[in-house]
Amino acid sequence: MSTVEMTIPRAAVAPPMGVNRLFAAGAPDLASHLARFGPAPLGLTPGQLLGELEASGLDGRGGAGFATWRKLAAARTSAGPTAYSAPVVIANGAEGEPMSAKDEILLRHAPHLVLDGLLLAAAVTGAREVHLYSGPVQLASVRRAIAERSDARGVILHEAPDYFVSGEASAVVSAIETGVAIPRDRRVRLAVSGLGGRPTVVSNVETLAHVALVARFGAAWFRSVGTDDSPGTRLLTVSGDAVDRKVIEATGGLPLAEALGAVGIDTSRLRAVLVGGYHGAWVPASDLWVRLSNRELEPYGTRPGAGILVALGEQHCGLAASVGIARYLAAQSARQCGPCVNGLPAMAEVLARLAAGGGSARLPDEVRRLAAVVTGRGACRHPDGTARFVLSTLEAFESDVRAHLAGYCEVTHP
Amino acid sequence: MTRQSLHIDWTACDGRGLCTELLGPLLVRDEWGYPRAAGYGSDVPIPGSFVADARDAVALCPRLALSLQEVRTPARS
Ligand code: SF4
Ligand code: SF4
Repeated sequence: MSTVEMTIPRAAVAPPMGVNRLFAAGAPDLASHLARFGPAPLGLTPGQLLGELEASGLDGRGGAGFATWRKLAAARTSAGPTAYSAPVVIANGAEGEPMSAKDEILLRHAPHLVLDGLLLAAAVTGAREVHLYSGPVQLASVRRAIAERSDARGVILHEAPDYFVSGEASAVVSAIETGVAIPRDRRVRLAVSGLGGRPTVVSNVETLAHVALVARFGAAWFRSVGTDDSPGTRLLTVSGDAVDRKVIEATGGLPLAEALGAVGIDTSRLRAVLVGGYHGAWVPASDLWVRLSNRELEPYGTRPGAGILVALGEQHCGLAASVGIARYLAAQSARQCGPCVNGLPAMAEVLARLAAGGGSARLPDEVRRLAAVVTGRGACRHPDGTARFVLSTLEAFESDVRAHLAGYCEVTHP
Repeated sequence: MTRQSLHIDWTACDGRGLCTELLGPLLVRDEWGYPRAAGYGSDVPIPGSFVADARDAVALCPRLALSLQEVRTPARS
């Protein structure tokens, strides 16, 4: 236990036990929230909370997985002395990824925890302006929650459009500034110069909800479940053939098979699992013992990210499924950046030619070449994520690739 | 030590390729005409001998898509 941690006055209520943390209040209203969690300890000094967040190991739950304390500390450090240079904190619940539902469920069922985390993040950074950005259904829930309390009236709400890149950090800033949610060219980090040139934190809503819990119950409590490199709990959205986007709260570092089993997916009849969503990577069904942690997922080129798992049943061809996703991603380009606008459709079509069967043996190398051409060459990471997904397709379905080149499909014509 | 890095704003660049004329072979055109430096994305380190040409490219880019920055560490994480 760190010394910082012991200086934090303990919350008046008992911390949630086990894995049911974020939804422990059982209902979205303020009375249930306060009864279960007690009031947020707004008297913490920034140093205390940052120290606690650092000790907790909490990382971002929107995809990039950046250490939360560091992000908040960076904005605090960049803060200037006037209102025009004070930091801005934005809670991001946009969730443009179609296979994700956890942020919606969280905002609908535990909006007060997210608001607590948002206000704590504002206090830590010295922010004078606080925003929340999400889809309309979630906003209605947040609006009801704000009406129940007096400290969140200043939170400015913004509706996020429903497309893939609308939740990208610079797109979120654009949406709030100009009403158009498209990524923008960035020369300096948002933590230094974001909304209106002010230091800006864009934080996923689940991350903020965990901040609210760590502030109350401490880092040691946070780490009391999960693994060393994936502490605490995380929300997962799990889908499969017969399962549409079930959201569960799981311990960090859970093996893939257990996460899938928890929503009733038969893990003996799978071909692969897409981990990390459409910008993530396939893990073949032979490797379902792999844990949802940065360390164990690194060899596959992905990370727990936003906690998205998509199971592909054994009756499906991995290549055909991947073509559908690659085409979807190509169509989701914000159509601003040449290499993305041209390269993503090109990459998807070469993959489609490969999947169609009987094509040139050079097709896999052409996919790899295009992936290298687009990577790093956009205003946002959409080309990088799409390239990563496509490269993982070639790896995870390597034997299918060979079969398709030879003119048959392991699944449809064994 | 600082060095110069050329930043490409992809949302502005139209790929007509003036910069690749000035900064070849450091920058080459990809198959759609957009500038590309082997191994780099939006931020391309500029060796000392190319700095003057890079300044010209910044000044002449019709879309104002280029900028030179002094960097100590990579510009974006
Ligand atoms: S890289 Fe693609 S998705 Fe990202 S801003 Fe540019 S065009 Fe849009
Ligand atoms: S000169 Fe400017 S607009 Fe033309 S290709 Fe180069 S960066 Fe793009």
